[in-house]
Parts: sequence; structure tokens; C-alpha cells
Amino acid sequence: MNVTVTLNGAPVTDDVTPDTTLYEFLRAHGCKSVKCGCETTNCGLCTVWLDDAPVLSCAVLAVRADGRSVTTLEGLQDQSARLARCLAEQGAEQCGFCSPGLVMNVLAFERELAGRVPADEEIRRFLAGNLCRCTGYMSQMRAIKRYLGCPDPGAWPGAAGASGPAAAGTAARPAPVPVAPAKEVPTHER
Amino acid sequence: MSANDKHSAPVCSRAPLTKPAAAHAYANEAWPATSSFELAQQITPELAQVSHPVVKKDAYALLAGKPLYTDDLAPSDALVMKILRSPHAHARIRAIDTARALRVPGVVAVFTHEDVPHTRFTLAGQSNPEASPYDRLILDEVVRYVGDEVAFVVAETKRAAERALRLIRVDYEVLPAVLDFTQAKDNPVVVHGEEGYEVKAGWINNERLRNICAQGGSASGDLDAAFAQAEVVIDRTYHTKACAQAMMETFQSYAYVDVHGRIVCVSSTQVPFHIRRQIATALEIAPSQVRVVKPRIGGGFGAKQTGCAETFVAFAAQRLGRPVKVVYTREETMTASNSRHEMQMHVRLGAKRDGTIVAIDLDTLSNTGAYGEHGPTTVGLSGHKSLPLYGRALATRFAFTVVYTNTMPAGAYRGYGATQGLFALESAVNELADTLAMDPCELRVRNLTREGELMPQYDNQVLYSTTLERCLRRAQEMIGWNEKPLVRDMGDKVRALGVSLAMQGSCILNVDIGSVDLRLEEGGFYVLSIGATDMGTGCDTILAQFAAEALECPVERVVVHGVDTDVSPYDTGSYASSTTYITGAATLKAAEQLRGQMAETAAGWWGVDAADVRFDGERVFVPAVRADGTVDAEAAPAHEMALAAFANKCVSGGRGDALTAHAAQWSEFSPPPFMAGIAEVDVDKATGKVDVVDYVGVVDCGTVVNTNLARVQAEGGIVQGIGMALTEDVQYDERGRMRTRSFMSYKLPCRQDVPSVRVDFVPSYEKTGPLGAKSIGEVVINTPSPAIASAVAHATGHYVRTLPITPEKALFGEEG
Repeated sequence: MNVTVTLNGAPVTDDVTPDTTLYEFLRAHGCKSVKCGCETTNCGLCTVWLDDAPVLSCAVLAVRADGRSVTTLEGLQDQSARLARCLAEQGAEQCGFCSPGLVMNVLAFERELAGRVPADEEIRRFLAGNLCRCTGYMSQMRAIKRYLGCPDPGAWPGAAGASGPAAAGTAARPAPVPVAPAKEVPTHER
Repeated sequence: MSANDKHSAPVCSRAPLTKPAAAHAYANEAWPATSSFELAQQITPELAQVSHPVVKKDAYALLAGKPLYTDDLAPSDALVMKILRSPHAHARIRAIDTARALRVPGVVAVFTHEDVPHTRFTLAGQSNPEASPYDRLILDEVVRYVGDEVAFVVAETKRAAERALRLIRVDYEVLPAVLDFTQAKDNPVVVHGEEGYEVKAGWINNERLRNICAQGGSASGDLDAAFAQAEVVIDRTYHTKACAQAMMETFQSYAYVDVHGRIVCVSSTQVPFHIRRQIATALEIAPSQVRVVKPRIGGGFGAKQTGCAETFVAFAAQRLGRPVKVVYTREETMTASNSRHEMQMHVRLGAKRDGTIVAIDLDTLSNTGAYGEHGPTTVGLSGHKSLPLYGRALATRFAFTVVYTNTMPAGAYRGYGATQGLFALESAVNELADTLAMDPCELRVRNLTREGELMPQYDNQVLYSTTLERCLRRAQEMIGWNEKPLVRDMGDKVRALGVSLAMQGSCILNVDIGSVDLRLEEGGFYVLSIGATDMGTGCDTILAQFAAEALECPVERVVVHGVDTDVSPYDTGSYASSTTYITGAATLKAAEQLRGQMAETAAGWWGVDAADVRFDGERVFVPAVRADGTVDAEAAPAHEMALAAFANKCVSGGRGDALTAHAAQWSEFSPPPFMAGIAEVDVDKATGKVDVVDYVGVVDCGTVVNTNLARVQAEGGIVQGIGMALTEDVQYDERGRMRTRSFMSYKLPCRQDVPSVRVDFVPSYEKTGPLGAKSIGEVVINTPSPAIASAVAHATGHYVRTLPITPEKALFGEEG
């Protein structure tokens, strides 16, 4: 079937089988930022915009995009730069594999907010479908809150408490206590 | 309960114990007057590049979605491999009919066990000789779990390959299977009875015909005498489940034959040098005929410390002479790769009524699944990286058995057995505190191993650096421990606190090797070539920080390159929390060497003594000297050359060389990092649902090399640990088919599940580590399970001893 899509602003036409997903279509047309993490619409890695609304491209057939516009991170390099900086300054990209999907969804969220500053729980809810296994989400939250202009984004590099060693505990260091050596010693090879 | 009726078990009799080693000489040294905490406070503020929040070198490319991962880089004409997998937990293949599959347009080849070499190997990414038995073939006549590989289809397109898969007819002789790991030992079903099975490391005491992959133990002190002193004995059995590492990038690899006829395999792996050996062994070719390249990796967490499909694509590319790629689906990654080892741990903990721990006995049974990758080694950490927390106990004993079953093989997963052992030991310590009605933090402080003490269950190493007590105090302060009761009724919910400590190692001592090449290039910049594998953790960046610190330059001046086994210097790989401690030290050594070479070179040009040549990062110079021989910093230097001019001169004029240093590091120490974690949970009175409303973790990883990345490691590890504690559970049906095949049925924490995770650091200064550093990568996953289990017990009165802590278990108890 012939499909014509406006991909990142340029028309693309291709002959696809009816079961081709938008994810497959986009990868085949060079949009390698679009990743697949689960195939079951749980992870958010394949998030792209279909007519400016975020969709999971692994669950959209390519033919559904016929005559419509699709935006991937390849088409938002300038628009995503400031968010990228907020994330990078927190180390929040880590392995980076979930980053493109997250960036696409945060930018969609930002547009939906239209300048309004969201509450934390609202951010978490909107982005709940963007899984990340590396970061535990906290650094992403700090970065996104900063990006969206939320008050108190939390620990920021250079800010007090962000990195300084905490001086806690007052117990004096006791004298070494001899301990009987092991009778048997384990092998630590691994 | 009295002590005497609780310690009747005989001394480990199943297998000979490993041989004792002499106590380390350092134990006799006078202990320094300055603590590692004070040292850290003195030294760390002096650092210019280390202990700073440096942005990862690859951050902006990753955040821009550039094509950097294995599947992004595969040649567009690569053939696609799809794999037919066993529907049976245990079966022998009588016959395979591939004729119809081969007729599908676009199908290039179908391979079965009849096509592959018959040398067994292990997929465990371990130093040679591996502790894991050689118990695999690329494709085998016997399949040993549901998901085991039966045949490879290689085709021009994914669709053709998938179509062909459905047309392969396999005649199986279905065999009885052993699925319950507590029934595996001496079961009539033998998982590995085949010829060609090989054990490379005798110490594992393998008895495969009894389904025993490995067994052994270690002991310290007189256990019976110590238990005789105990006034309270906690005698419990704990059970941790298999968990999926669930890195976001599934397993993916491609291979091709290069211009010299060699196999090149590009793969998402943590262990390129070990993969080279696996491919050479499996394909029965010389190691010189294999090259392995690691691009960016979308997470590993240990999963990629085990080979996966590298040998498959290498074999197919070799046979077909064309590039072949395989990209695992999430379902394949869940069901046919590797997971955390499921373990059952029997703990006996003897203590005085004042809370002094006198004896600990730990017996671990581990399920390695159908193949033995990392089986013999993960289990060791369940004892050796839990018991040393309380090294003051008069006696400890640790015994272990690792069994084969017809379930998916286990492998490496962040924490590597320590996670399991610490759930058992720290839960027992929490139960002891509750039994004695003692504050669980105070009980721990009473028993902690102190600086300068020997750790008998930790290769008799001396503990040089720890701030664990301060970490615990800081965690208490952060959560408001002293202002809150352990349990509070909130109406519909009960809110409660629970605590846990954790430790890990910083390398595999006397096994891990890290090496680097460091070159001064024309133009005045450095190339740091490494064999360590950045899997998203940021080791490329932190190694550059070490080099920049020693070379007194910005991190940007150090270019990092890795990993290509033809080019990169040898490194055992990124695992065992070793990269910072081992490869970091190698980097510092190389930088010092390079400075020496620069001084020698300049001294030769200027006709001075190399000892008089200085380098401040920007210029090489010889300072002016006054008549009395002292340096005159005000006067113009006697000789001076800017770095770029110096580097250019090294390679100009038809002579010279780009100065290159090479350094390797191994270690006879593996200093433990420590962590204290406190969970604050809400348990719903009606449903039993457990919400972690706040979690604080405080880490002693020695010098915090990159303050950002260490924080993210800790936050990420805690959330993975929360998943293990509450929802993550690899489950099978009664026929051995995995139920948890996707993220629909295997629940990872999403951001709504973890509203607040707070991390802080109390660095010690580890004198054997590079600029005082230890490790961070693994220790951070170990506290959540025991801390949350204890909080739930405080809330409900139910100790959940089998993970995960489901609402049913929380509400009704495990006997429910």
C-alpha cells in the first residue's frame, strides 16, 4: 500500500505492507532516534508526534499516518536543545536509550501546558508511560521541573547540598579490634 | 528461645571447604591516626576535575537521538536472524524438517544443531578460565528450558524470517523436567548429562549428575561455641526471586566477515574481550580471527555480562559470508536470556540480649537455571558481601549449593548475589531488633565492622575505609527517624519505617584487569583508549576526569575511545563494580607515566635534568633558579613551551613520536562501598498495597568521582531495588513456561511509584583506590528489599520473607 507522510516537514512516500507499524516505517526512513523497548505500549521509547500529538509508534500502523504529519526527534533538534541541556546537567540521560521518547513527550507536555507551571504529580502522571531503568526518575524530574520553570527543582550541580559530603555522626572512631582470622577463605572469582 | 536448641546443624559436610589464606600483612600495621572520613575532608576539596558534576561526554548526542546503538549501526543490507525456541522445558530433538521454511521467498538459510560445531562453552563473561561450566552449544540436540534455541532462520527481511519460523517442523521427545529448585539436588531428572560438558575451575565442586553446578562454603571462628553464648537466636528462611534486569535496550548484535576473512561482531555487551573468547571457542576458530566492537549500550545492569546472541550471528555470518543481525524482542529478552539468580537462604543469627551479634550461619541455595552462567560465583557474594557488615561476630559460617533446573538460565544482575544475601541477613537483623525491642539502627551501630578491623569472610581483607555509621546517622537525620515512631496510624493507611545496610566490592581481587593507553597528540590534546565498557553509566567520562585531574587540564581535552578488541587495551569488562576502582587507577598510572615521558623529552631538548622539568597542564617549563638554588617563580622560566607547541614538536622535524603511555591495574584489594537505606512506607489497611512514600539512601563510595553520575547511580539503584521488593517476580506455569513475558505482566517501577528518593554521600577516602575512590554501581540496589520488608512488618506485623511483598502478603502474611 502506498503511504505518503510529511515526515519532519518533508514529504515521504513508500509502499508498505498493511501490517507495517509506524515505528518500522520511521526506522526504515532513517529516523533512528525512535527506539523500541517493549512492543506492548508500556515503555514510551517509540513516542513520536502524529499531527503534533504524542503517540506510541509501535502501536500505530504506518497506513494510519497516510496524509498526516509525523515528527520525530530528528525534526526537533533545535527545539529540544534547552531540555537536553537541563537533562545533561543532571546526568539524567544515563544510557540514553529512553531519552528520545522522553524528550518527545516532555515537549508535547510543554505545549499542552501553554506556559502553565505544573504540579509534580501532574508531571509524573503525564510521563508515567515513559519508563527508565537507569535513573530512578529523580534526576529527570529535577531537569524537567527546571525546564518547565517549576519552583524548587531540587539538587542542582553546584548548589549547596548537591555534592558536598555530609558531616554526620559524632561517634569517635574506636580502636581496631582484632578478629580471629578465617579458618577457610572463600574464592571471590567471578 | 534458647541458643542451644537452635544450632544442631553439622559443619558443612557436602564439599571440601576452600583453602585458607594467610591473614594480610597490613593487619599488623599501626592504624593511622586520621580516619578515612577525615582524610576525605582534607583531600577531596583539592581536586579540580574529580568530585565534580561533569556532564557525560556522550550526553548531547544521546539526548539528540543520534544513531549510536547496535541496531542503529547495522548495515542496511544485513540479513535478519530469527530464532525458533523450545516450547518444552526439557526435550530431545528427534528430527527437524526445515524444507518448507527454506522455500519461503527471502529465506537464505536455516541452521539446526546438526550444523553447528560441537565444542561446549559458557556465555558467562568472566576471566579465563571461567568459573562457569562449559555446558552450552550454539544449538543443542537437547533443549533445557522453554525458550531454549532450536533453530536459526536467516532471511533478507524480518517478515520472511518470521514466516519461515512458523513452517519449521520439530519432532520432540519430551522429557520430564525439574522446575522447582528446592527439588533439583539428586532429582532423577538430570539437566546436564551430556558428553563434552567441561568444568574449568575445580573449586566449584561440580557434581552435575546430582544437578549441582557448584557447592562449597567458608567459616570463621568456632560456630558452636559462639551460638552457645547467644541468648537469642533468629532462625529464618528467606527467598528472593528471579528478576529481570530489564535494561531498555534489548539484546542486539550483528556480525560480518571483514577483508581479512575475520569475524567482526558488533554487540551491545559489557564484556567485549570475553565475547571474543566465546565466539572463538564456539566456532572452533583461532581468537585472532575474531574482533568485537562495543558501540553505545542502552543499559546492561549485568545482563550483558553474559553473552547472548553474539555466537549466533558470528556463526551465521561465517557460514553465509554476509552481515547478519539479530535484535531480540522484549519477550525474548524476558524469556530467553538471563535473570537474577533465585535464592533461598537459611539464616541463623545468634545475639546477646543487649543486641551484640555473636554468631551468624548462612546457607544459600541458588537456582542457576538451565545453564550455569555465573552460578558458581553469584552465590558466593550472598555470604561474602553480607556477613562482613558484622565482622565482629565471634563466628560465622557460610555454605552454598547451586543447582541446575529447567528454567531460564540466571546470570549477572547488579548486586550479583549480595542483593539476595543482604535481604536475608538484614531482614534477620531487623527481626532480631524487633525481638529484642531495640532500635534497629542502634543495634546495627553496636555491631558494625570498624576501620582497621579484619573481615574474615571477605578474603581476610582489612577494612581501610568506612563511614557506614555516619551514613546511617545521616539517613536517620534525613528521614526524621528520631522525630517519628516506627509505626503511625494514618486512618486508611499505616505508615512505618524500616532500615537496612548494604555493602558490595570494588572489583574481583586478583582477577580483574583494567588497562589504558594515553597519548599526547599533535595539537596538544590527549587520547585515552580504554577497554572498559561504558553502558550508560558514564565511565568514559569519569575516566577522562581521572586523566584530566592528573594532567591538570579540562575534561574536554581528553578524548576517550573504546571499545574495539583489535585496538583497545585489555580490560576484563565493566562488571563487579570495578571500572572506577580498577580502570580509574590504571588511568592515573598512565597519566603519571605520560608526564614522566614529557619531562624526559623536554629534558633531552633543553639539556637539563628531567627532574627539573615542570608541567602545569598548559606549558612544559623549567623554572628559573636563584643563586641559592631555590626556585624563583617570579622570574621568567629558564625554558618554557606551551602544551600544543610541545606536542607538535614531539612529532615534527622528521623525528620523534607521539608520546604514549600504557598502564594496567589489578588489585589485591576490593574495598567495600557501603550504604544505609531507610524506607518510609504506607500500607493500605483495606488492600494491603504498599507505597514507598519516601526513601533515603546515604552512600560511602569513597571519593565521589562524578557527583552527578554517582547520585543518579544511587537513585536508579534504589528504584530498581524497590521494584524487586514490591512487584518484580519472574513466574512460571506448571509446565515451565514463563508467565512474565512482557512489561504488561512484569511490573517495573514507573515514576508514579517512586515519588521521593533522596540520596546523600558521606565519602571516606580509600587509600588503595584512585584518588580515594571505591565503587558505586552495585551497592545501591541492596537496601530497598530488607528496608521495605521491615517497614511493612512494622506496619502490619507480617514479616514477608519471600519477595516480592505483594499486597496479599502484606495484608494477610505469607501463610495468609
